[in-house]
Amino acid sequence: MQVYLPIAEVSVNAFLILGLGGIVGFLSGMFGVGGGFLITPLLFFIGVPPAVAVATGANQVVASSVSGVLAQLKRKGVDFTMGWVLLAGGFAGSALGVWVFRLMTEAGQVDLFVQLSYVVFLGLIGAMMFQESLRSMLRARKPDGPVRRAHVHSWVHGLPFKMKFRASGLYISVIPPLAVGALVGFLAAIMGVGGGFIMVPAMIYLLGMPTKVVIGTSLFQIIFVTAFTTVMHAVTSQSVDMMLALLLILGGVVGAQIGTRVGMRLKAEQLRILLSLLVIAVSVRIAVDLLVEPAEHYSVAAVLP
Amino acid sequence: MIRLALLLLALALPAAAQEQIVAGMSQNRVSITADFDGSEILIYGAVKRDAPPPEGRGPLEVIVTVEGPSTPVAVRRKDRVAGIWLNNAEVRVDSAPSFFALATTGPLDHILSDTDNLRYGITIERVIRAVGITAEADKAGEFLLGLLRVRTNEDRYRVLQGKVELTEDTLFRTDIVLPSNLTEGEYKVRLFLLRDRKVIAHQERVIGVRKEGLERWIFNLAREQPLLYGLLSLVMAGIAGWGASAAFRLVRA
Repeated sequence: MQVYLPIAEVSVNAFLILGLGGIVGFLSGMFGVGGGFLITPLLFFIGVPPAVAVATGANQVVASSVSGVLAQLKRKGVDFTMGWVLLAGGFAGSALGVWVFRLMTEAGQVDLFVQLSYVVFLGLIGAMMFQESLRSMLRARKPDGPVRRAHVHSWVHGLPFKMKFRASGLYISVIPPLAVGALVGFLAAIMGVGGGFIMVPAMIYLLGMPTKVVIGTSLFQIIFVTAFTTVMHAVTSQSVDMMLALLLILGGVVGAQIGTRVGMRLKAEQLRILLSLLVIAVSVRIAVDLLVEPAEHYSVAAVLP
Repeated sequence: MIRLALLLLALALPAAAQEQIVAGMSQNRVSITADFDGSEILIYGAVKRDAPPPEGRGPLEVIVTVEGPSTPVAVRRKDRVAGIWLNNAEVRVDSAPSFFALATTGPLDHILSDTDNLRYGITIERVIRAVGITAEADKAGEFLLGLLRVRTNEDRYRVLQGKVELTEDTLFRTDIVLPSNLTEGEYKVRLFLLRDRKVIAHQERVIGVRKEGLERWIFNLAREQPLLYGLLSLVMAGIAGWGASAAFRLVRA
């Protein structure tokens, strides 16, 4: 069944879009990532113009995150206090990111900048997560190995402005979560994603949050970041395609519900190793685009008169 | 006064004796609705003559073009810089049509002269306006060829040589397929009659392409009330997310 998208101005197969939304929603429910880093390249691939893909992808992530958060809420997997602190940092970082994005656009190299950020950050985070989760999986196989302590006290715990995060069972300074939120907001604005793939490992490794609340809290703050992005795109470039979003969302929310349930069955290490492989795969794919000679050296983009 | 009138009549007479086009189209408007998946337009016509076809001249040929609305475009070239392929040069083209199809009765270079192509702006190379691009980059011509290649691969630009059927030097017809990635606007249809590689008559028609129904509503709302549109998109996302969660709870319960 073909559907004409009013803003993207292309005709696409409705079932293909439903399927895409479903797959991305599944992954997002399973790992607590919004899926923006997957949906945007996939939409490019089926011929949706880049601006529409980025903006509509953000809108879809709002829906799958709402669906995911509600599923997590029932099992008390959302640390709201932490969520709000991360969000406060996130908005500050996002504002800075939008400003840098504009500077890069004026310099005419925004595509390259975005692609390089993808390769560097996805590659780095993927590799770190993969190595860490592999190590903890191997440790779990050998029961007589040295036991790793749940909380390692470091300089982070010496910082002032301590706050109690009951759901996470943490009593730490608000500075690290604010900084993590700001970093993620900054990258999210530049890369056009919710930032879950950075947020999830940052919460586990930097803040020491228990895996149980990581996914729900990450999704909670992604809702707000992507909602902000969607409205910004709708107002500044009118590039949100409601028809495309609706199809992606219908697939995505169902996928997110199934994904959340599958995710609960898997062990935390397995989950992290799968997510890290996915992140590495996307990073390699984009790196290949940059390194291999393209078949067509020329590209055409419509510009405003 | 009478002499002037006679002179005008004398001038007008050969013109009247010439061949003219009487043309029609299967439809002069295309509605883009939610299930729009391309459209086929039949363009047909007849050659009107007040006298028998002229003796001693070459055969009659027909060219039909369909041209979508034009916009300025940026053509970028990727080069390898420090091992990475990146957009390294850009040329702005003042105006390039979003769609262009050209159908003929025979091989283009056999039936159309360069002078008449230039005068009437018939082929795509003559339709694209790129004034002063040579100043923007060296080998600016390569950028234009790149533009033509990219859009031809996207099926936006087509040359259909020999796809106009001409019967008994009088009736002609051709089918032009409009693709599913159509943009809104006025599509200009031009018909040319040629003999000896020269244009002897031409005519212009317009096909209006418009979004209708739900497509129209969404498009207008996005343009006219962007903030409301953005918020509405969020509400839709929120309801869908909550709905799916509630539905799954019911299924499990």
